[in-house]
Amino acid sequence: MKTPEFSAGPVVRRAGQLYDNPEKKVEKIRLTIDGREIEADKGMNVLEAAHAAGIEIPSLCYLRHINEIGSCRVCLVEVEIKGARVLQASCAFPATEGLVVHTSSARVRRVRKTMVELLLSDHHRECTTCIRNLNCELQNIADNLGIRNIKYTGEMKQLPIHNKNSFIVRDYNKCIKCRRCEAICSKVQEVNVYSAINRGYDTVIAPAFMQDLSQVACITCGQCVIACPTASLAEKECIDSVWEALEDPDKYVIVQTAPSIQVTLGELFGYEVGTVVTGKLVAALRRLGFYKVFSTDFTADLTIMEEAHELLERLERGDKLPLLSSCSPGWVKFAEHFYPEYLENLSTCKSPHEMFGALTKTYFAGKQGLDPEKIVVVAIMPCTAKKFEASRLEMGTGKFKDVDWVITTRELARMIRQAGIDFRDLPDEDYDTPMGIASGAGAIFGSTGGVIEAAVRTAYYLTSGREMDVLDYEELRGFSGLKEAWVELKGRRIKVAIAHGTGNARKLMDRLRAGEQFDYAEIMACPGGCVGGGGQPIFGTREHKEISLDYRHNRADALDRIDYSKKLRRAHENPAVKKIYEEFLGRPLSDMSKKLLHTYFTPRGESPGFDFGGEKGRFAGHVEENLHPVT
Amino acid sequence: MKIENIGDLKALKEKHYPLIKQRLGHRNGLGLTQIMVCSGSSCVSTESQAILRELERELDEHGLNENVRVMKTGCLGFCQHGPVVMVHPGEIFYCRVKPEDVKELVQTHLLEGRLVERMLYQEDLTGKRIPSINDIHFFKAQERIVLQNCGVINPEDIEEYIARDGYHTLADAILNKRPGEIIDTISKSGLRGRGGAGFPTGKKWEMTAAQDVTPKYVVCNADEGDPGAFMDRSILEGDPHSVLEAMAIAAYCIGANQGYIYVRAEYPVAVERLEIAIGQARETGLLGKGLLGTLFNFDIELRLGAGAFVCGEETALLHSIMGARGEPRPRPPYPAQEGVWGKPTLINNVETYANIPIILRRGWEWYQGYGTATTKGTKVFSLAGKIKNTGLIEVPMGTSLRTIVFDIGGGIPGGKKFKAIQTGGPSGGCIPEKFLDRPIDYESLKEIGSIMGSGGMIVMSEDNCMVDLARFYLEFTQDESCGRCTPCRVGTKRLLEILKRITEGHGEMEDLDILERLSLDIRDASLCGLGQTAPNPVLSTLSYFRDEYIAHVRNKTCPAGVCKGLFSYRVDEEKCIACGLCAKACAAGAISGAPKQPYRIDPAKCVKCAACVAKCPKEAIVKGSDKEAKINENAGIFSGTGSQESRAAL
Repeated sequence: MKTPEFSAGPVVRRAGQLYDNPEKKVEKIRLTIDGREIEADKGMNVLEAAHAAGIEIPSLCYLRHINEIGSCRVCLVEVEIKGARVLQASCAFPATEGLVVHTSSARVRRVRKTMVELLLSDHHRECTTCIRNLNCELQNIADNLGIRNIKYTGEMKQLPIHNKNSFIVRDYNKCIKCRRCEAICSKVQEVNVYSAINRGYDTVIAPAFMQDLSQVACITCGQCVIACPTASLAEKECIDSVWEALEDPDKYVIVQTAPSIQVTLGELFGYEVGTVVTGKLVAALRRLGFYKVFSTDFTADLTIMEEAHELLERLERGDKLPLLSSCSPGWVKFAEHFYPEYLENLSTCKSPHEMFGALTKTYFAGKQGLDPEKIVVVAIMPCTAKKFEASRLEMGTGKFKDVDWVITTRELARMIRQAGIDFRDLPDEDYDTPMGIASGAGAIFGSTGGVIEAAVRTAYYLTSGREMDVLDYEELRGFSGLKEAWVELKGRRIKVAIAHGTGNARKLMDRLRAGEQFDYAEIMACPGGCVGGGGQPIFGTREHKEISLDYRHNRADALDRIDYSKKLRRAHENPAVKKIYEEFLGRPLSDMSKKLLHTYFTPRGESPGFDFGGEKGRFAGHVEENLHPVT
Repeated sequence: MKIENIGDLKALKEKHYPLIKQRLGHRNGLGLTQIMVCSGSSCVSTESQAILRELERELDEHGLNENVRVMKTGCLGFCQHGPVVMVHPGEIFYCRVKPEDVKELVQTHLLEGRLVERMLYQEDLTGKRIPSINDIHFFKAQERIVLQNCGVINPEDIEEYIARDGYHTLADAILNKRPGEIIDTISKSGLRGRGGAGFPTGKKWEMTAAQDVTPKYVVCNADEGDPGAFMDRSILEGDPHSVLEAMAIAAYCIGANQGYIYVRAEYPVAVERLEIAIGQARETGLLGKGLLGTLFNFDIELRLGAGAFVCGEETALLHSIMGARGEPRPRPPYPAQEGVWGKPTLINNVETYANIPIILRRGWEWYQGYGTATTKGTKVFSLAGKIKNTGLIEVPMGTSLRTIVFDIGGGIPGGKKFKAIQTGGPSGGCIPEKFLDRPIDYESLKEIGSIMGSGGMIVMSEDNCMVDLARFYLEFTQDESCGRCTPCRVGTKRLLEILKRITEGHGEMEDLDILERLSLDIRDASLCGLGQTAPNPVLSTLSYFRDEYIAHVRNKTCPAGVCKGLFSYRVDEEKCIACGLCAKACAAGAISGAPKQPYRIDPAKCVKCAACVAKCPKEAIVKGSDKEAKINENAGIFSGTGSQESRAAL
């Protein structure tokens, strides 16, 4: 890739490489699937080999490289072993040279149908009112298999729906025990919220003691929601509250969109993954009736200014290093649960959308002469953790919440459909000013590596007065998703590191604990950063039948393209940012800044719901405190 | 004392052999009496340890300690007649001994030199008292190879095991043989895994030995979960060193230095014996660092299972050893490739290991002399259910079920008719009478819809309802399903629901087809052996006892009178003497009557607890089909002989 001349741009700042190393030479093998001889990579399983050859084997529990446990039995195929045709789970059976496979024999189709019928016999089939209607893998497979009635009827689970929190709803009655939530939470995120409880038919995949997610060490990242094939895990919707505000003539409803929304929303309207739809996004929001359509990229630029100064200040004083980024609320909660001794290392900056909310109800209200009480701030976020973040009591000024409602990319798409807007037919429109002006640096906040790159570039400029050269990251000791680089700042070589996915964050933090030195680290809770966020589009339909999460590369590439295409590429050059410091904040880290744009953190313990005092310990039924009430 | 060579082992054997020899029937004039008290779990639960203490006290009191030795021994398998005490010389077999009998035993047998007639085994047919174990038919008909030490040696004394040639094969292996030679012998012997699937043991060893990855592990599966089966428990309790020795040999062959025995926590006696055995083996240098003075290290750790049936499945067991939830995973990779801690692991069942030392000692040619064309050696079975001699037996592979049930097992008690035998535990099939003469091995059992399993056998008589039985086993497998794969988690639940419906009289003929279809799919699609075999009881009963299903569905009757929803109790008026005992016994208040008139049972109130049946002195309370009762109810009569007419009216 040729880097444009004016850019000190990203070289290795890609969401991908989390699962794949494209450079690796792969040995090829040949096998026969459904009478066709096909070529496949050595090391693939039968399902992947078939997929690569254009033969789709339906599956439910399979998630490439994350969950390959062969437990739903939907992907069963016949494999010829020593002359006998044996049923094997194709997701867990290695494709080997000369293997003969039948993916659609009468026996396979019959057993597959039975498996899906059995799953459906214990699944609350309320498709028409379900949040995953038309985007449900189970529904899709049932339709493909032509299931018209279910022979096996009997007891159906009637378990309480867990929704006493602001971010994720767990409906056990729709769970098909694919264990994808458990796998992604324990293997990728290493948070280990879910595990199997009970046996046989009574098995549930749940947090310890089947507690609500708000009562355990859940970081609210929503990766489980992305992984769930049905609506057993879903975002806590708040579309109706947003509609209510929009319809209230007394309210000024101001919307902001996170950087990554412009590269993912299109997927929900039939665009290719990685299509940039910024203009249509803005147009749609205007048509929905928002008073102002702003961009969180603007406060991302502001965050860069604050954080760069914070970095320089800490480097100068030599304390609270490394500085750890804090713009990913999932990571913040992760740190609060698992690395409380490092909370003072976290940047005190609020995340950009919270800064945005605080400024809207102060700076913008003052400028426009609006009563802040009448302002409703809605944030369109790629994230379920932002829903939790907005409910923190400290994220507000006096009686106001900084951000009133957080809705995910998926919820926004639903609102657009509800309003009857033909998204593909919309013209391209521009964000409102001043809080819609953003640099390319703000945009790349949405994928891993973006925050640190933007902040270091600004810090470099602030100290040297020159623009920085290309930053080269080296993969940290073979751990994908964990990178490091050296940068020269104020005549000093500083070491920066990047981790995305809290599993990688854990590795980085454990190295810190072990005494390794860093100066600055960017950590994002979701693999790939916000482009892989828990509020992003879920692929489960015929059009987007993915067997892995690799599509995150494409979204990150799209953010890079936005960055490259902008004239304005550095936060400190953003005229709106300069203006807000002149008119309102004074300077970075001023008292006003600290009051509005900075926050504090709370240690939460690894097992918040459990009291280990006394001999045996007991469940204490802990409930999260210091939160706005859940509605 | 550390044992460093075969010479040391031989010396120990010399020292103890006279005592052992006497127990095996040699009257070698030791001038010593040995009393062996069975200390297997079954006899322990019927107070054998109190007998032991009582014996020691009595001997003390009479000053007999010099000439009489009392010790624990393992299970002889005749558990129906426990607690068992054997006295040598003479191999006198005293059964059903109580602690209070000890005084008489010491007085009569030891002091007066006479047999205690009343405590000897009484033969069922002839009523004759039989003093010597060698004359008891139950034992005569068996071939005890694996169980050769159970009941003969003291399992808590390593030297007694050595006196039975124990650890000689280990020493020979490590000091004189190459791993390949040993594996070759195992392969040629034809030994197959005794855990149930019957995989060739030699091949498994070979596969694990061939792996380049280190470290490797040796695992013993002692998670015996089949209800009523206790083959492995008896071996561990009666001859723990045979398993340790075999594991050490296996470790030498595949190149492992660490072993695990995964044993159920519900086997406290076995766990204790294993702990003692491992301790003694370490002390003598037969486990631990530098076995027999060589550079070969091997040690064994116990892992206690928490009682999940599925942990007997090898991949689930491996997960459990590593501290994870006991859930199976798809194979490949096989444990030989990726087992404990992701490393090559050899995993065999207790009984498989117990076969190893003896095969190596006596040669594969000798071992091949037992069994059938495909299945060599002997098999230990536990007999349970409607059979006279419940207990543990060992017979050559290829023995017929008839020999096992009617010859060794003594047939069905109470003159009842044989209906079926279930082999292979809760997921085995029910075999009807027509197959009783088949010689049994892994293949022949599979052909008739059952499995060898680990060796549980449950006999059913005419009093058993086969539909209810299938329901019972499905309840077990559904409870014990790990919940991972769809067919086992949901499929067995649906099977169970259909079976419940049928036993409650709500079945439809269509249900039988659904049962069969779903059973076949569950068998085909399940992830592990538990799910794949769970439908066996349903499929085999559907195939061999379909008429019983039809009776439940079509006629709403349970021919065996077991299914509570399908029969009612009524009073036979001819027999009733109006004593009123039944009414007094009835907690539900369902029985009414007046003096000199037959009593009546109200089927609407009756809970079928059978308390009245037990109290009635005239056997006047009988079962009738529910349909009959309903007709009677409609006709305004609760019970009585009028049912004949009602039926005619239908």
